[in-house]
Amino acid sequence: MSDKMMAADGRPLKASLNRALRRQKLRALALIAPLLLFIVITFVMPIADMLFRSVENEIVSETLPRTTIALQEWDESSATPPGEPVFAALYTDMALATEYKTHTRLGSRLNYEMTGISSLFRKSGRGVGKFDTDVYTKAFQDSNAAYADPAQWASWMADETVRGQLPMTADAYDAWAAMLISEEGDVPAEETPWDFVFTALYLEASAGATLPVDVDVSSVEPVSLMAQFEKIDEDWADPEVWRTIKIYSPRYTNGYFLNSVDLMKGADGIEERPENEQIYITLFVRTMIMSLSIMGMCVLLGYPIAWILANLPSRTANLLMILVLLPFWTSLLVRTSAWKVLLQQEGVINDILVWIGLVADDNRLQMINNQTGTIIAMTHILLPFMILPLYSVMKTIPPSYLRAAKSLGATDWTAFWRVYFPQSVPGIGAGCILVFILSIGYYITPELVGGTKGVFISNRIAYHISSSLNWGLAAALGTILLVIVMLLYWVYDKIVGIDNVKLGG
Amino acid sequence: MTTADGAFVAFDRVQKSYDGETLVVKDLNLSLPKGEFLTMLGPSGSGKTTCLMMLAGFETATHGDILLDGVSINNIPPHKRGIGMVFQNYALFPHMTVAENLSFPLEVRKFGKSEREEKIKRALDMVQMGSFAGRRPAQLSGGQQQRIALARALVFEPELVLMDEPLGALDKQLRETLQFEITNLAHQLGITTVYVTHDQTEALTMSDRVAVFDDGRIQQLAPPDELYEKPLNSFVAQFIGENNTLDGVVQEIKGDTCIVKLDSGDIIDAVPVNVSAVGERTKVSIRPERVEFKSERLQKDAHTLKAEVLEFIYMGDIFRTRLRVAGTDQFVIKTRNAPDQQRLKPGEMIEIGWLAEDCRALDA
Repeated sequence: MSDKMMAADGRPLKASLNRALRRQKLRALALIAPLLLFIVITFVMPIADMLFRSVENEIVSETLPRTTIALQEWDESSATPPGEPVFAALYTDMALATEYKTHTRLGSRLNYEMTGISSLFRKSGRGVGKFDTDVYTKAFQDSNAAYADPAQWASWMADETVRGQLPMTADAYDAWAAMLISEEGDVPAEETPWDFVFTALYLEASAGATLPVDVDVSSVEPVSLMAQFEKIDEDWADPEVWRTIKIYSPRYTNGYFLNSVDLMKGADGIEERPENEQIYITLFVRTMIMSLSIMGMCVLLGYPIAWILANLPSRTANLLMILVLLPFWTSLLVRTSAWKVLLQQEGVINDILVWIGLVADDNRLQMINNQTGTIIAMTHILLPFMILPLYSVMKTIPPSYLRAAKSLGATDWTAFWRVYFPQSVPGIGAGCILVFILSIGYYITPELVGGTKGVFISNRIAYHISSSLNWGLAAALGTILLVIVMLLYWVYDKIVGIDNVKLGG
Repeated sequence: MTTADGAFVAFDRVQKSYDGETLVVKDLNLSLPKGEFLTMLGPSGSGKTTCLMMLAGFETATHGDILLDGVSINNIPPHKRGIGMVFQNYALFPHMTVAENLSFPLEVRKFGKSEREEKIKRALDMVQMGSFAGRRPAQLSGGQQQRIALARALVFEPELVLMDEPLGALDKQLRETLQFEITNLAHQLGITTVYVTHDQTEALTMSDRVAVFDDGRIQQLAPPDELYEKPLNSFVAQFIGENNTLDGVVQEIKGDTCIVKLDSGDIIDAVPVNVSAVGERTKVSIRPERVEFKSERLQKDAHTLKAEVLEFIYMGDIFRTRLRVAGTDQFVIKTRNAPDQQRLKPGEMIEIGWLAEDCRALDA
């Protein structure tokens, strides 16, 4: 008994069918390929990259590699700053970062987590070259001229036994050499190493390592690097600064996401941000509530219009449809600015209200630069997105249903509510999804007419993208927004069913 | 003219215009007694559906009165008229089950739950759809949907039911079954029915009386047999059934017969229906099955015509033979497929005739 259907040539029917369809499938794929590639390259990849930034945090460990390793020994809940080895590592890292000019970038990154770190790093960048560590360099070079010979240094550092004896110095030298090549365009074999390499050499020598050319370092007075850093800025003695560096030293962090929901990483784990720094939850909630209000307004205003459009003879309906679409043909900025003219306190509407006498001249209504302004302007702008799906669904409801209902004894209202309305629900659903999703991420209108009380989360995202340059936080906020939208979509699908959403036909 | 006393539904000089320039319905007078099954028949655009919509209350009469049980209903909104209606596309509410559809008219009339259920069951049983109460309209076939639409129009026991081409979308066989069922049901329940169709077979088989509409007027209002056999004008003659037409001039009128000289020069006998004067042009109408060609069945003293057989079509139950007669190629005769029936051959020359009373001289 064979349970497989065979084609006429004896091959399995399924395989034959697949073969026959393959050409068609390939052709279909070739047809969509240009658009697919375009979308993947210009849309999906940048967005994925952006979303990745919400957790990415390589800057700390890349800029201060030695410091982050040295800090592992330090307990972040302690009340004292870390010890000398950490400062020694910081010295090397900071000297290199200053040359690479990455210390300011790291400063701004950490400044998001603790105000003041940015200027601390800038100052340290300037001061790190003027440390008193030149005494070490002098001591070595005075006791043996070989230490002043660049070529000698290069040959030592190529020697595995020397490197085995002086791992820290070798590491510092390698980093210094790489920096010299890429930043200064110099040849390391022609330059004497800088003070921080000699500092590493001194520290290893005083710890008892064998030097290639013996030098007695016991007579050299040690320089406290901690004190040197403290001389630049006493904040280096603040364990809070070190805590911040340590907490944000892993390559990936949930810090941006915590920040997005008004939390932060503290010494004992996650804690709430100070009251005066909590804004994002409020903004998310406000964005939701205002988007829902805008959606509700659009349903209330759009439904009767869509009904009229669907029930008029097509000539008149087409004319009215042009009026509905007219706003699409004018610039969004123009429309929003028009609302400014209408709604402001010395604006047209207030003038008319004062002229009629409904409002006192010294008590003009505040209708713009607040939530009212945003809701009015955005309802107007998003209304077509409600009317169009409603119209196309209503167009498919034959008028005979209403007639049938009336002939069966229903009043106009009952006929509408029990027969017409349920059939228009898919249109309402589609319109609501469109309007809500559009408004939840809206930016220009709230920016222009929202003032401070009427702005959305997207305005904050834009601020972090273009002004504060905290892209990680912007990415985290954007990711949360995306997740919320997808979650709502899922809930909607569960309750209404996405099959019930009709954009037409 | 005033409506006859005791008429259940009456149109009294009703006119209707949509655009204020042309009349869609021109001076309509019609009355029907309780329990009658009346069909409005006519080509599209003849005003029959407009009349039905005015009766249902979805269109207002521009002029004249529509009376229901002696009361003018011009200003009564549709939902208070208590008229059942079956629509062309059934208009079953797609978001409700069959039972909910039937329950709707009862709910708006505030019937109690048990009473509703009982009425729904009775109505569904009436159309043999008792087991379909839980289905949605989309899960039913066209014929089943039509039955449900009928049940819904009847469930609140209206005295008048309107039907707007209810069988138009069904196939022939189903249509014939339902024609029979609807007529039976209407007579059984004693309801008055106004039925609109453009299908003349449907009109003839179902109705007590048929109103033939054309150009916004009733051209003839008569029982089916009278309509078929005694059409009052050439439109009705043409519209109902197959018909042969010969053009000519009235030569002589003698009481209830006349002599018509055809354009070909032949002379025939006819019944003058709406010709009144000698010399008037006329269209003479004769049904294909009333034409005789066997010599023994021709009237001895009647006029006969020479005919050439052009085409013989075998149609199963009947034979349809096309002839060239008096200058026209479209003269058709129909003969029953009986064992002894003669099958004419193309090219054959025959002589045809008919009873003078079957040949009606109508308006030109």
